[in-house]
Amino acid sequence: MSARAITGYGAYLPRHRLAHAEIADALGAGGGRGTRTVASFDEDSTTMAVEAARAATGDGRPDAIHLATTAPAYLDKTNAAAVHAALDLGHAGFAADVVGSARSAVAALRSGLADGGLVVLSDLRNGRPGSTDERDGGDGAVALRFGDPDDAIAVVLARASATAEFLDRWRAPGDDHSGQWEERFGAERYAPLVESVVAEALAAAGIEQADHVVISSPHGRAAAAARKRYRGRIEGADPAIGYVGAADLGLRLAAVLDRAGADETILVVSAADGADAFVLRTTERLAATRPERGVVAQLEHGRALRYAAFLTWRGRLEREPPRRPEPDRPAGPPSARSEAWKFAFVGSRCTACGFVHVPPMRVCKSCRAVDEMESLSLADRRGTVATFTVDRLAFSPAPPLITVVVDFDGGGRYTVEMADAAPDEVAIGTRVEMTFRRLYTVDGVHNYFWKARPLAEATGTTEG
Amino acid sequence: MASNGIKDRVAIVGMGCTPFGEHWGKSADDLLVDATNECFASTPGITVDDVDAFWLGTMSSGQSGMVLSKPLSLDYKPVTRVENFCATGSEAFRNACYAVASGAYDTVMAVGVEKLKDSGYSGLVRSNVAGDGTAPEMTVTAPAAFSLLDPAYCRKYDVDPQDMRDAMTHVAWKNHHNGALNHRAQFRKEVPKEKIEASPLVAGRLGVFDCSGVSDGAACALIVRAEDAHKYTDRPLYVKALAFAAGPANGPMDPAYDYTSFEEVVRTAQDAYRQAGVTDPRTEISVAEVHDCFTPTELVLMEDMGFSERGEAWRDALDGAFDLDGRIAVNADGGLKSFGHPVGASGLRMLLECWLQLRGEAGERQVKDPRLGLTHNLGGRPGSCVSFVSIVGNELG
Repeated sequence: MSARAITGYGAYLPRHRLAHAEIADALGAGGGRGTRTVASFDEDSTTMAVEAARAATGDGRPDAIHLATTAPAYLDKTNAAAVHAALDLGHAGFAADVVGSARSAVAALRSGLADGGLVVLSDLRNGRPGSTDERDGGDGAVALRFGDPDDAIAVVLARASATAEFLDRWRAPGDDHSGQWEERFGAERYAPLVESVVAEALAAAGIEQADHVVISSPHGRAAAAARKRYRGRIEGADPAIGYVGAADLGLRLAAVLDRAGADETILVVSAADGADAFVLRTTERLAATRPERGVVAQLEHGRALRYAAFLTWRGRLEREPPRRPEPDRPAGPPSARSEAWKFAFVGSRCTACGFVHVPPMRVCKSCRAVDEMESLSLADRRGTVATFTVDRLAFSPAPPLITVVVDFDGGGRYTVEMADAAPDEVAIGTRVEMTFRRLYTVDGVHNYFWKARPLAEATGTTEG
Repeated sequence: MASNGIKDRVAIVGMGCTPFGEHWGKSADDLLVDATNECFASTPGITVDDVDAFWLGTMSSGQSGMVLSKPLSLDYKPVTRVENFCATGSEAFRNACYAVASGAYDTVMAVGVEKLKDSGYSGLVRSNVAGDGTAPEMTVTAPAAFSLLDPAYCRKYDVDPQDMRDAMTHVAWKNHHNGALNHRAQFRKEVPKEKIEASPLVAGRLGVFDCSGVSDGAACALIVRAEDAHKYTDRPLYVKALAFAAGPANGPMDPAYDYTSFEEVVRTAQDAYRQAGVTDPRTEISVAEVHDCFTPTELVLMEDMGFSERGEAWRDALDGAFDLDGRIAVNADGGLKSFGHPVGASGLRMLLECWLQLRGEAGERQVKDPRLGLTHNLGGRPGSCVSFVSIVGNELG
């Protein structure tokens, strides 16, 4: 029914896990089994969107980026532009945010279906300490690439939507948690909406039951009821990622794409301020177009986080600041001049002698040739820790700060902070890859740049 | 070649230096008045009005020559304010010497000052140029940057980490021992080696006692033509060499750099030896005041300046080669480690120890029959720094 089809995808789950039992230990109540994913102190919806977009499979430069989130890093400034810059796309194409509610994800998907491009769904979920939202929420991002149906890994067979105005979940701008009406009310409201769109979409697709079913809703009870009612022909466990807001639908779809066979149908249902249903059919291209790291694999690759650290990172525990001056906010003109370097980690390579410069230079450090440089992106280069230090003086929300000198495969050296690692995970020779992060925020200006992190393949499941 | 040098063309005929430390009761203006007063009081032949021009070094305690001209109420004299990271004081001295050597002036003063303890922060406060937020200096602290020397050195020379720790501890112990003998030093207390080794970690294996003191202070020197020197003192110091290098900052970008040397120091030391006619620094240099910002720095400097063979400085240090009674007394005044490090003043403070030692006025710290003294300043980080080396002597020729 649509001009565009899904041609690739990728998911990103941050590495930290908060065990529900950790919350119970601290607060003396709640708890239960399970964990939630937690974005690191240096991650936000934009950085996770970049990581998901970098992981997305499929070919070609997207000519549009649609970023959906309920937790935008900026307002009055397009966050998708930073994602666009981080992907080293130059200045070509379109990028915009679809911000506000979980249904923003559906809006972004509809844009992707209509126009093609990269749909990136990224979110962090917050709740007051001890709340269900805090415990059952999660952080993560997913990117879905839309393009030519000839390249499809999944085509959209049908879709249906319904809209209803009722007070179930709300959040005033600036608030750090949302309110929810009595749960039974929303459950009662959502059930018929879901039923109508599922029936309409299945009928339009000409099937009675899908092979896989993906259901997402900010209303936990409504989602559970729908999952019980609409089961896929092929059973598969839903990944235990918690509810990830605007990224939830896409992450659950990614988990199904990670395991679905060719020519299988997927019913995708969102219940948020109405209901939306899509029916997809996978293609033979799916098997060869899976990202390197699946959703379940990333879930297993976690580091345990203490509740106090979680509260600190979320700004709910105000800790003593360092007795050192605040860093300066990044300035507009220099950041714009170094757009490719700062956002896409593009260095330069001397065409006269081959020396790789990180950051880019005009005069070669090795042969002193002037203006004989070509751009060289190092964002996807892996590297090796040449030397490192554990800095106990530097302020970090996750002390101690680890500084590594990275020698990149194929040339180039740079000194960066190591993300998502404890001192015992770093040694001379440790293999690393680059990750897009938010170094700090001053005067409301986020300083986005790159850090190193231990190469996923090189580390097992660790307790941090 | 690097420089022609001005060996024996200018001389130091007077010096002043405040005690270094936490001067809660004194401003930078007060420190400048104190240091220059001491200098003029001990140099009867020269008054402030006799000084033709001034060079003022300060990294962050003010801008322009008026940082000096205003508190001293100078009579419309030329004052040049210079800055070159932690080598700022040495840079003031170097340019002042050149001014006399050029013939432009007969009598000049080099002054350095830093007021670090008014900021409310520990460590240095940088004023950064508006940037894109990507420079590692924004997030990597100085102790972290210098702590990289330790594991790199151990790996390159296959030194047992405990031996290296012992050598670093010895550097701190020695400099505290020397500082305890110096009434101007910030920390005038010997520190047992056990306490040094057990001090709280700051970065890598560097503990609190591996780091130099953060302090306030000012120091100054009067410089005249060598032929005029004996008008003002019977024991002038002759400037034998002045070398400076601003590195291309290749280290942080070049995988070939291994964090066990400062090329900037190697180059400036070689240049200074050539200017001074020093062929064997180990026997010819009597006292060396070097930039011991962190303990491993001093070890690496011993090799970069040719006082030790490569890979041997740790052993030489442990053998006492750089103690007060060793083959070269290194940081006889306590160094940055215990004398303190008010950035703009440090280079001139180093010169003060040469002044005292070469004139036989160093009291309990006095080295036997010294002839040549060396001062060395570096500013920046391993792989990207500026370096200064001077050599002064108490005889012409």
